[in-house]
Amino acid sequence: MIKIFIPRDMLAIALGADEVAEAIAVEAAAKKISVQIIRNSSRGMAWLEPLVEVETPKGRVGYGGVKVTDVKRLFAAKFYEGEKHELGQGLVEEIPFLKNQERLTFARAGITDPVSLTDYIAHGGFEGLKKALALSGVEIVKEVQESGLRGRGGAGFPTGLKWKTLNEVKADQKYICCNADEGDSGTFADRMIMEGDPFLLIEGMVIAGLAGGATKGYIYCRSEYPYAISTLKEAIAIATNANWLGQNIQGTEHSFDLEVRRGAGAYICGEETAMLESLEGKRGMVRAKPPIPALVGLFGKPTIINNVLSFCAVPFILAKGAKAYADYGMGRSRGTMPFQLGGNLERGGIVEKAFGVTLRELVEGFGGGPYMGKPLRAVQLGGPLGAYVGADQLDLKMDYETLAANGAMLGHGGIVVFDSTVDMAQQARFAMEFCAIESCGKCTPCRIGSTRGVEVIDKIVAGENRDANLLLLEDLCQTMTDGSLCAMGGLTPMPVMSAVRHFPEDFDKPTRLAAE
Amino acid sequence: MAKTHTILDLKSSKADPVVEIAARYNNRPDALLEILHDVQHELGHVPESSLPAIANALNISRAEAYGVATFYHDFHLKPTGRHVIKICRAEACQSAGGMQVIAALEKALKVKLGGTSSDGRVTLEAVYCLGLCPMGPAALVDGKPKAAIKPSTVDALIKELV
Repeated sequence: MIKIFIPRDMLAIALGADEVAEAIAVEAAAKKISVQIIRNSSRGMAWLEPLVEVETPKGRVGYGGVKVTDVKRLFAAKFYEGEKHELGQGLVEEIPFLKNQERLTFARAGITDPVSLTDYIAHGGFEGLKKALALSGVEIVKEVQESGLRGRGGAGFPTGLKWKTLNEVKADQKYICCNADEGDSGTFADRMIMEGDPFLLIEGMVIAGLAGGATKGYIYCRSEYPYAISTLKEAIAIATNANWLGQNIQGTEHSFDLEVRRGAGAYICGEETAMLESLEGKRGMVRAKPPIPALVGLFGKPTIINNVLSFCAVPFILAKGAKAYADYGMGRSRGTMPFQLGGNLERGGIVEKAFGVTLRELVEGFGGGPYMGKPLRAVQLGGPLGAYVGADQLDLKMDYETLAANGAMLGHGGIVVFDSTVDMAQQARFAMEFCAIESCGKCTPCRIGSTRGVEVIDKIVAGENRDANLLLLEDLCQTMTDGSLCAMGGLTPMPVMSAVRHFPEDFDKPTRLAAE
Repeated sequence: MAKTHTILDLKSSKADPVVEIAARYNNRPDALLEILHDVQHELGHVPESSLPAIANALNISRAEAYGVATFYHDFHLKPTGRHVIKICRAEACQSAGGMQVIAALEKALKVKLGGTSSDGRVTLEAVYCLGLCPMGPAALVDGKPKAAIKPSTVDALIKELV
């Protein structure tokens, strides 16, 4: 029996993976070739999707960008024996994009069937949880603290400290909430984990429950990720049946229940307090802090809220020890980060590397620069609230502190590349417009400032009182930064002002045209 | 006999699909978003007339139910077209030519983003990131993902809708 792997990842499906799987099954049956088609997770090499892999004695051989119309010719070339074909990529694990990574969180990506518990356990799954079940909450917290893990959602708050707070507070009920409202443009690591390795997230959340003394968890997943939602639900049912969730996990005294909740298209619900409101069935309006959610969170009870990637880093830390994780990285940014390369790039996808890798290595080395060799003009780091940097800043090291010192932020690790055709004034305008569309409306600087921001940028672009309006824009941005309740209004000035500072020529077009 | 039962069921509260959906979630107020998703899935939209029944079932005020239904971009209080195209308008897709794809869709369907074609066939909506960022522009077409859309492939994409 020949094993053929075709991803069930949403991006692979968007590029025709379901139809390709069907065509391969039909053709194999017609040719009486015995094949087993496994719908695996994605390797995270987006430009090769759908990536069809065949198991051979030497390892898995890949065929990239397969279309239904290629299937007959692939069979004619005996791809099922790993033979040569124009779509052939050779041994998948030797592809430099993959080989040069340091995959801890994405260790199983592309290798396993996402909903096979057997696969998960055969590839190191639940090792972390097994260790955690034998430890006290305090000991788990200590391990996470020593690993140096910081929140991967964007703020970079020390995860262990958050867990310590929950561990120490007394309450009749505590909750673990996973923020899977990955709304930042250019980010997709959460989606790929939830679709591709859902047991990893479950394992991480159960460990958090043990650490903090919580018995109930929620995953708040955005509705734009229908495949992640269905895969998570399936995985939770399987894990519950196998007693990795539910009452008396693996015969211990510990219990943990997990539920998936759908978001409904509101970007603001990625802000943790808005997410809590939404989980309570309310409008996603931001809450004022303090009190912090670790003390007063979901339904007023102490709650840990972490991003998908934060929870997913924990099983490795427990399984291999805090030091093994902390050995990666630089400065105060320990461990690895699954960077997400998107936008206008030859080779986009997931690049998990230790902190400290340069933007140039990611964008040019892994990504291959913009499509068709066009010059790179700008890169947006960390989603719609992150800064734009120019081609002269590609040597920035990717860690929390270096980026902050350079007026940028890592955010959720999204990296969006723009070529020379981009109009940065339009990107700045879009940042304000997006804030106006997605603001929850609770605080004035965000609700009204964003709309005024669009208007001011329109005036600048039209050349109307340009210098005075640029000053006004700067002043408005300062007000939004200082006066907004949360990061939505507080960080929208970051893309706007970085565009103004690094690309002033785009805000001066009418004047220049007149001069010419 | 069966017919008699049907008539009786219609008179009981169970006949209201909305009440039945709320009961699926044990009438828990925190499940309001899930309930609205299910209502929209089954009825095509969230009729304003269904909100009092939902509010009643969950023991919340009508204003609260209305407030939630109108806060979230996903919920439609008015019927949409038979097909819904959610096209990504966020930065990563913009960098790959997303705005040109949106313009092509608007032209082909003769609607603006947020509108429904005059024959009621297609609703065109903006969405902000589907997580398909390396291979944009991306869209959800009747819930099915599409990536690497080009202005030249827009017509074929619309024709596929039956």
